[in-house]
Amino acid sequence: MDNLAIRTEKLSKIYRSDWLYKRIAALEALDLEVEEGEILGYLGPNGAGKTTTFKLLLGLSRPTSGTICFFGKPAADSDYRKDIGYLPENPYFYGYLTAEESLSFHGRLHGMNGWELRNRMDSLLALVGLEHARRRHLRKFSRGMLQRIGIAQALINDPKILILDEPMSGLDPMGRKQMRDIILGCRDQGKTVVFSSHILSDVEMMCDRAAIILQGRLQQVISVRQILDRRIQYWELTCTGLASALVEQVRQQMLETVRTGEQILFKAETEQVAHHAMKTIVEAGGRILSLVPQRESLEDIFVQQAGKKEKAKAKEKV
Amino acid sequence: MKQIITIAVNTFRESIRDKVFYSLLFFAILMLGFSMVLGNLTIGDPVKIIKDFGLGSISLFGTLIAIFVGISLVYKEIEKKTIYVILAKPVARWQFLVGKYLGLLLTLVIEVGVMTIGLFALCYFYTGRIPWELVKAIVPICFELQLILAVALFFSTFATPFLSGVFTMAVFIIGHLTGDLKILVARSENANLKTISEILYYTMPNLENLNFKAQVVHGLAIPLQQLSLSLLYAASYTVVVFMAAIIIFSRRDIR
Repeated sequence: MDNLAIRTEKLSKIYRSDWLYKRIAALEALDLEVEEGEILGYLGPNGAGKTTTFKLLLGLSRPTSGTICFFGKPAADSDYRKDIGYLPENPYFYGYLTAEESLSFHGRLHGMNGWELRNRMDSLLALVGLEHARRRHLRKFSRGMLQRIGIAQALINDPKILILDEPMSGLDPMGRKQMRDIILGCRDQGKTVVFSSHILSDVEMMCDRAAIILQGRLQQVISVRQILDRRIQYWELTCTGLASALVEQVRQQMLETVRTGEQILFKAETEQVAHHAMKTIVEAGGRILSLVPQRESLEDIFVQQAGKKEKAKAKEKV
Repeated sequence: MKQIITIAVNTFRESIRDKVFYSLLFFAILMLGFSMVLGNLTIGDPVKIIKDFGLGSISLFGTLIAIFVGISLVYKEIEKKTIYVILAKPVARWQFLVGKYLGLLLTLVIEVGVMTIGLFALCYFYTGRIPWELVKAIVPICFELQLILAVALFFSTFATPFLSGVFTMAVFIIGHLTGDLKILVARSENANLKTISEILYYTMPNLENLNFKAQVVHGLAIPLQQLSLSLLYAASYTVVVFMAAIIIFSRRDIR
């Protein structure tokens, strides 16, 4: 037994197109380890294999090869899913059911009933802010409301593992904040969360680690804290009230200069260069607005990985 | 078991909230009313005509509901992606299918029940007694409907509703003609035709085995053994078709 909530070994999924039997590798030899109690961000562009991975984990698709284990046990029959909560991308529910009926249906599929189910439904409807719409049919729900009922049904069984496919999509800023709070709250309760996203800032804000997948292959698993501790790439110096001659003088020592109305932003390679420029500006009567160190972001890493992959693909074609 | 009941109850709720069900039920009851008009206009015993027409309506509209609702049973769930959140729960594929099937079967039984009450009421109006003997024809109709429903469900696990509808309708029609077909082709010299008719005869369900309408209406005796064997035949055929549906559905990817 290890303390891994999820482990996949050489997990692959190859689809065959209907015509000509062409092989399409949606996922190739995925070795992924998700520790108990962590939030893992699963990053990748559209068609990278994120949803395929989730479908394989949940038994919605059958792997072509490879193994899946939850808490050290192979995912064999349907029983292992009792500890999992799943929110699909753009979730769809029976429109003829009310919010309450829908949650009750999903709870019953987990074998819940009576007061246990009723109490859980009440607390979840309050958590996702849908108490006012509990007796409304889901066909009358907006996209954002469906997403909320989606997370509520995923939590109905108080799962140990949450698998969320693009949980932020379709949500307004308030809804996104609420979803973030719910996900972070789940970690505080000791739950393991895996969620896919396009929005890198969400991943940076919430995740312990991020796995980057491109064209069906896992590229890198990075600790988000490590990103925050990474080396400073450059310093951003913002100032105002500079004469044109002075701007020209400082610009020559900088990596880049961006002018926005009265404000000028200089990008200095080192702290010394930034301090030297600051001194020059203050002496000439200019005003410093801010000096901020810029670290390598998740976006930079992601773009780097995507760039490498594109280059490799171009080489292959040549 | 809880999962099966939950899915069955929900499927039942879905179908009774479906407009198709009510429109078919409405037309079915309308047909019963029409049988009364027909009975009065035709020479002969009007009650016999009402019984004949009534049983025919129960069978026809039951079949239409079984086909119309049955063919989209699984396909609609995948198309609308409602199946994702269900199969991501501790629900096995076979439990999902059995639940869906039982939910629809309950709908069909209620539909037949409502129509039977209507037919009984009509007969009572004419004769002053309830024709309980009709049950001997109605129970086999129910067995035929559950078989048709299983066939529709089988096709629904891999084909679009349109194709499933065409296939199920074909099974229904061939199932009623297969006996006659065999007799007709027996007189033919063409070997290929004979082989095809043999294959159809042995693979398609013989639905005429479940047709006791004429005997019941004309008051002819139905041996209990014949009735039980026919019901057993329908039940066995349903189990086989259902098992095939489970095998196909368990292997397919939900995309």
